Amino acid sequence: MTHLDSELNRLKGEIEEMGNLVRHQLRKSVQALVHMRKDLAREVLFQERRINATELKIDRDCENIMALFNPVAIDLRLVFAAFKINSHLERMGDHSKGIASYALELQRPLPEDLLEKLELFAAVDQLEQMIESNIMAFRDGDSAKARKIFQSDGQLDAWNRKAIQIVIDYFPQHPDRVADLLNVNSTVRKLERIGDLNKNIAEEIIFYVEAHVLKHEKEKI
Amino acid sequence: MSYFKIETRNVSLYYGNTQALKNITLGVPENKVVAIIGPSGCGKSTYLRLFNRMNDMIDGVRVEGEVLLNGKNIYADGVRVEDVRKRVGMVFQKPNPFPKSIFENVAYGLRINGVTNKRYIEETVERALRQAALWDEVKDNLKKSALALSGGQQQRLCIARALAVEPSVILMDEPSSALDPISNAKIEELIWELKKKYTILIVTHNMQQAARVSDWTAFFYLGELIEYAETKDLFTNPRNEKTQNYITGRFG
Ligand SMILES: Nc1ncnc2c1ncn2[C@@H]1O[C@H](COP(=O)(O)OP(=O)(O)OP(=O)(O)O)[C@@H](O)[C@H]1O
Ligand SMILES: [Mg+2]
Repeated sequence: MTHLDSELNRLKGEIEEMGNLVRHQLRKSVQALVHMRKDLAREVLFQERRINATELKIDRDCENIMALFNPVAIDLRLVFAAFKINSHLERMGDHSKGIASYALELQRPLPEDLLEKLELFAAVDQLEQMIESNIMAFRDGDSAKARKIFQSDGQLDAWNRKAIQIVIDYFPQHPDRVADLLNVNSTVRKLERIGDLNKNIAEEIIFYVEAHVLKHEKEKI
Repeated sequence: MSYFKIETRNVSLYYGNTQALKNITLGVPENKVVAIIGPSGCGKSTYLRLFNRMNDMIDGVRVEGEVLLNGKNIYADGVRVEDVRKRVGMVFQKPNPFPKSIFENVAYGLRINGVTNKRYIEETVERALRQAALWDEVKDNLKKSALALSGGQQQRLCIARALAVEPSVILMDEPSSALDPISNAKIEELIWELKKKYTILIVTHNMQQAARVSDWTAFFYLGELIEYAETKDLFTNPRNEKTQNYITGRFG
């Protein structure tokens, strides 16, 4: 293995670490909201600092590799992809932090019947899976795996439309909970954004492996 | 007329029984810089020497195919080597100034071509030294021996010497491999300037240099042209796996 290879592998390892942090943050923040666990919410806010630090570390490593190794071709694309994936993951972390702060605002638990219908954890499961397979696809340079992200995103979209409607329908009968319902609505939106960011990451992986730019293209598969 | 300033069509070259170039078809458009990269012994210098017929001086060399300058075969009967060399200048890896004054080094090409007009020679020497970005450093010492110049200055002097006879094509064989980073940067800037007026074919082992100075890059391997593409494409997305392995330093 060349010196550059070992640096690139280390970079991939850091992205994996970042992805895992973000994955845990996501689950924890939704748990905090659903079970009104303010202790978990505070953990999320605390861990957010670690995510930011990891983001900066990865940025700096990308910069160093560029300056010291002048990578070209697939190596160059790898560093670019890592740089962008890093920032997409950090944005996911921000969204989890947002969800955690909604949990901190709760005065009493969210209504059971609403939560049951919303199936927030089904969305979380799916998003965690997307993050995990993106990380593996990036690690293995597996663009076929990255392409599958676009397929699984369809289910998430369907869930999203349904969830928004559920919240809208819930408003009229529960005027006393408007503030919380607005936050639930924003949570659904944030989960949707995390799904989009996963698609962005999949695009970066395909660019890295195939040198093919998918961004702004209609047909992804 | 050919679209290319210089080009080879199906050129093979043999040193005795060994084939050093295999059926190379490649063209350099006017006012462009083309870089040739590839591992040691792949035929880069041999390819470059086709264009000023320097291979002719080597015993047992046989060339097949066509080597064209302005669309005309320079190996055709009746073509004089001196005429080719007037239009195609060459700069070598090691600066090779003559043990004469700075002025006489640059004037050399004119004198052997029979130019005697003193004023014309002076003007030409100054112009060539300016073009080679050396004038300001030597203008007060034109009588000084060229051998007293630094390596980087000597190399720019050799470029000035090549420019003085007003060629239209310049061949460079690793022109800055023996130079420090500052001199190297000067040569690269110079190449960038020179391509406004000249067509340049450069061999370099420095991949970053190829990436910086050239418009197109050709990758040679074992006497074959493996890939020829716009430099920005070749260095971001090479089509051939051999090219990719070579430029990313994972060869062999
Ligand atoms: N004068 C010669 N006589 C016989 N064989 C030669 C001669 N010059 C070069 N060769 C052979 O031709 C092949 C190509 O040589 P060439 O000098 O063109 O390679 P190159 O790509 O310029 O290498 P380098 O990067 O080391 O300068 C080599 O195998 C070399 O041994
Ligand atoms: Mg050579």
